[in-house]
Amino acid sequence: MSAALELEGFSVAYGKVEALHHASLRVAEGAIVTVIGPNGAGKTTLLGAIMGLLPSKGRLHYAGAALEGAPTEERVARGMCLVPERRELFAELSVHDNLLLGGFHRRREGARALAADMAQVYARFPKLEERASQLAGTLSGGERQMLALGRALMAKPRLLLLDEPSLGLAPRIVREIYHIIADLKRTGVSMLLVEQNARAALQVADYAYVLEVGDIVLQGPAAELAGHPRVIETYLGLSSAAPRAGAS
Amino acid sequence: MNADIFLWLAQDGVTNGAIYALLALALLLVFAVTRVIFVPQGEFITFAALSLSMLEAGRVPGTIYILAIGGLAAAAIEGFGAARSRAWRRLPRIAALYVVLPLAVALLVAWAAPRKPDQWLQVLLVLAMVVPLGPIVYRVAYQPLASASVLVLFIASMAVHYVLVGLSLVFFGGEGLRSSPFWDARFKLGVLEVSAQSLWVLAASLVLIVALWLLFEHTIYGKALRATAINRVGARLVGIPTALTGQLSFLLAAFIGAVSGILIAPITTLYYDTGFIIGLKGFVGAILGGMASYPLAALGALGVGLLESFSSFWASAYKETIVFGLIVPVLVWLSLRSRHVEEEEERE
Repeated sequence: MSAALELEGFSVAYGKVEALHHASLRVAEGAIVTVIGPNGAGKTTLLGAIMGLLPSKGRLHYAGAALEGAPTEERVARGMCLVPERRELFAELSVHDNLLLGGFHRRREGARALAADMAQVYARFPKLEERASQLAGTLSGGERQMLALGRALMAKPRLLLLDEPSLGLAPRIVREIYHIIADLKRTGVSMLLVEQNARAALQVADYAYVLEVGDIVLQGPAAELAGHPRVIETYLGLSSAAPRAGAS
Repeated sequence: MNADIFLWLAQDGVTNGAIYALLALALLLVFAVTRVIFVPQGEFITFAALSLSMLEAGRVPGTIYILAIGGLAAAAIEGFGAARSRAWRRLPRIAALYVVLPLAVALLVAWAAPRKPDQWLQVLLVLAMVVPLGPIVYRVAYQPLASASVLVLFIASMAVHYVLVGLSLVFFGGEGLRSSPFWDARFKLGVLEVSAQSLWVLAASLVLIVALWLLFEHTIYGKALRATAINRVGARLVGIPTALTGQLSFLLAAFIGAVSGILIAPITTLYYDTGFIIGLKGFVGAILGGMASYPLAALGALGVGLLESFSSFWASAYKETIVFGLIVPVLVWLSLRSRHVEEEEERE
């Protein structure tokens, strides 16, 4: 299968401190790939650099094109989209406007195409439609994550980067979000999923990488990795409620 | 002081205050979107006012040279960047935007000026010369520093201010100019005599404020500007280019500055550097509004206009001192209350 995203010798540094060392990673077209690892392993850094928010070194191929050094807006226009850990919503704009701006790079497609997608997002998240005219800053944690996902969907992504989509959410909402992730996969969206909640991530993913202190230390098909003794010991543990047990 | 004088001073204060309010809104917009404290805002006032006066006298305003120089500088930067990344396809657009357009405007003005066009045509020519300077100044001076700290951007602003004032002296000379009013009439409103020009100022300010509101509430670009002001990372993630919002906010600031200059040209005699003081008063208004709220900034600016007008009656020698002295207590109050917003912005 061809690759949606391919990284080779990909490094990111904050000043002189390197947060990611020569990582190589591949997301197959239409697949869900997860990167698991403890807090501070460089997972968020990885996604930020793929999006062009942070400067990086090394090779970055997306849908066959070399995108090293391309500005974030170009990556978005080519169908890359990040749902960040901190959501980064427009708190003082309405839910509706947040969604509308999600489709900013498609502004020339015309109001009708955007309105149709908006209706789809509202069908997927009825809660958002109820709150359409409310300011994004007034939403609950779960609703914010839904809005962040909905805003990303308005961009019609081909590669969706998800940073800790389950962080700080109630189990019921986490299940809902993972249901949506599985659903999106059926529509052909490739996904790179970064998680501390390794159990949920490994269940939904096709392939997985383990990232520790800036290095990829393990990789393999998700099902295989879920049975790897080191992963079981450090990331799955006996209780799924303690995914942070492996923090180094 | 009797009621006549009071009303007269109030009218004067409100007229000036309306212009300060426009400038305060522009400063606030530019700061919220780009974190630039836009000191050179006043130069757009000067350029517009002096250009209008010169057109009226049938002379070719020096603004066309500033526009041409700025356009070429921006084209050189863009062209160099495009050549380095071998993006040759960008060159025609760069040439059209930064070379052909400014030169076309310059030639048009040079051709039209000696023919003494109607006043409303003069106004259009002034806008065509001054407004493109906004995005050009952003492209040349600020875009390369887009991720720098507020302080660095402020220092760049001071540099841009001095460069533009210098150019202003070179191309306009040291003489003061005043244009003739758009509508030379006076109305009796009870005891108060209202000049038509101050009605113009008020009407134009109101129309502009409503237009800005419509832009921000009802267009995708206006919303993109607000989104950038609210959350810069979020704006980048939905694909709003930093360069676009920067240029857009500078375009609006230049437009507001130019309109202010056109409105003020018949009221005051302007010199090559007068705009700075006027812009600074808009800035005081924006600070009175805490550099955060548009309605508060407009109100603050109106207050500055009134304070200035009344202090020129009671203590005319200390007029500027009183207005700018107002900043000190407000800054003290703001810094006691603030949570160091600027520091948070430093890393991105």
